[in-house]
Amino acid sequence: MAQGLPRVSANVVVPKPSLQKVFDNLRAAGFTLVGPTVRDGTVLLDEIAGIEDLPVGWTAEQGPGRYRLKRARDQEYFGYGVGPRSWKRFLHLPELKLFSVNKTDGKWALKPTQGTVPLRAFIGVRPCDLSAIGIQDRVFLSGEFRDPHYARRRERIFILAANCGRAFSTCFCTSMKTGPKVTEGYDLAVTEIPDVFVMEVGSEVGSEMLRDTLWAPATAFELGRAAQAVQQAEREIERQFRTDDLPKLLYDNLEHPRWDDVPSRCLSCGNCTQVCPTCFCVTVEDTCNLKATVAERTRVWDSCFVREFSHVHGGNIRPTIRSRYRQWLTHKLGSWIDQFGTSGCVGCGRCITWCPVGIDLTEEVKAIREKVTR
Amino acid sequence: MSVAPASVELRMMPDPMLPHPAVINAIKSEAYGISTFSLVFTNPAQASTFHFQPGQFNMIYLPGFGEVAISLSSDPGTPQVLGHTIRYAGSVTRAIGRLKVGDMVGVRGPYGSAWPLDKALGKNLIIVGGGIGLAPLRPALLSVLAHRGDFGRVVLLYGARTPADFLYTDEFDQWQTGGVEVHTTVDLADANWRGQVGVVPALFYRIRVDPKQTVLMTCGPEIMMRFAIYEALARRIPRESIFLSMERNMKCAVGFCGHCQFGPTFICKEGPVLNFAAIEPFFGKEDF
Repeated sequence: MAQGLPRVSANVVVPKPSLQKVFDNLRAAGFTLVGPTVRDGTVLLDEIAGIEDLPVGWTAEQGPGRYRLKRARDQEYFGYGVGPRSWKRFLHLPELKLFSVNKTDGKWALKPTQGTVPLRAFIGVRPCDLSAIGIQDRVFLSGEFRDPHYARRRERIFILAANCGRAFSTCFCTSMKTGPKVTEGYDLAVTEIPDVFVMEVGSEVGSEMLRDTLWAPATAFELGRAAQAVQQAEREIERQFRTDDLPKLLYDNLEHPRWDDVPSRCLSCGNCTQVCPTCFCVTVEDTCNLKATVAERTRVWDSCFVREFSHVHGGNIRPTIRSRYRQWLTHKLGSWIDQFGTSGCVGCGRCITWCPVGIDLTEEVKAIREKVTR
Repeated sequence: MSVAPASVELRMMPDPMLPHPAVINAIKSEAYGISTFSLVFTNPAQASTFHFQPGQFNMIYLPGFGEVAISLSSDPGTPQVLGHTIRYAGSVTRAIGRLKVGDMVGVRGPYGSAWPLDKALGKNLIIVGGGIGLAPLRPALLSVLAHRGDFGRVVLLYGARTPADFLYTDEFDQWQTGGVEVHTTVDLADANWRGQVGVVPALFYRIRVDPKQTVLMTCGPEIMMRFAIYEALARRIPRESIFLSMERNMKCAVGFCGHCQFGPTFICKEGPVLNFAAIEPFFGKEDF
């Protein structure tokens, strides 16, 4: 017998194997599933087929410059921490062809990129990463100019968020006020407790996807267990990061001696900007065929750590690693607030984990604060 | 779907990164390696609706080469023909330099902030230019000349490396006759130069300034603007009355690429024309 549907904002419990039914419903509705899966020694985000692709029973040990995938003691579906990929690669593409130009008899005709954007269901979006999507929304959709490429992808996603039941050593979402529990912007939000998923319905579509999942209204006991799980994650967070004096602290200390110390460690590799879920900088690449009759423009992710990033005729605005690291940190934690009304940091810790030399931005800011120059 | 689905309007919106075809209808050599390219949109509808304000810029695109941010240097009163004074400095501008009248380029714009001429109404105006920095100031000058009676004393302080590097020299007489005092200087004179030799800020010693009644607009190398602003501050021109046009690497001009950031400022959005009071804490910071 067909089951009814829960209303929006209801809390329900869903048996764990029924997650496959949610996936089936999503696929039947035309969604491609994108979620965490174990690959290349990490938990990566990519297309998945079903629950068997989820990193069930996997976790990772994370630290500055360190990530080691390992077996967990339990068989949790959502026990993993964030990996090197973030969701931005599915909304703000690493490489996007903007248009091509065909030239005949000296006249050229411009052809914008066409193509359909698939409906995608993001499975297991962490609270920090959900905040990051909200931040990129502001970058691409809130200004005078809006990015139609981002908009087209953004409006075609379903979000199944996953509240955190544990924290990893590089996490600091509580300092950035982005987690460990989602507050808005999801279709379904799952909190994993030992026997079942507690799910909060965030939208009509979210409710629809619970059809025939054997869901039941959550009891006070189950809600309590879910709240405890989130509290557990909150307790496990080791990194605390003071943010109330930003961006002023950074603006006032642009000549702090700590900036001179960074280049002795920073390789200017740009890993932090590639793994960051909010870093949005791009450059444009122009190519043409040998006869110069067909040309293309492609937008690709860039990084402020690239030397040419600030090149102008006659020289480079930021020729040193000191100036490039200062630009990145001052933007991420400081000027971002002036530009978009929010910090550019969500506390996911990726830039710490994936820095090959383990530079920790929270430590850098602490060092600047400890010996304030002005 | 879930969060803030994009509106229909947004979905239908054309990509702001798409250039519009335009044809070069005139090329005027200004100085060694610098020419003014006059462009006309091939789409008549586009040509008739395009308007710009003094100080704004366009993105000029050449297929296969790339795109460059170039200030509009022509009269905003005649926006059907768009002048861009270009120095052949990099791969794109050098390729543009090889184009002929009738060739096509892509244009999108206009972008950025404008010289706030309204703030100078009834006041004295000092325009300080260095080298090709006069290009974005020219539309302001032409607008002032078109409404000369609305302004007090108008002074142009202009310097170039050598006498051969001055732009728009054929217009100086016209500007003087129209009521703009023109003072020039060069870094390096030649045998025929009878004028001043030295840096642009030194030209301030030629003029008298009534600080509360003066607005200053400057564009040129950052170091020149910095010292011109020091001269202005020394004469007690208020920070709020000082405007400068900044330059940074720019890939998109619409706030997506991140390249043109200058502290909290996106040069493509809040700039290129900025009020000095707003950016003073960051201006002149080494490698910033």
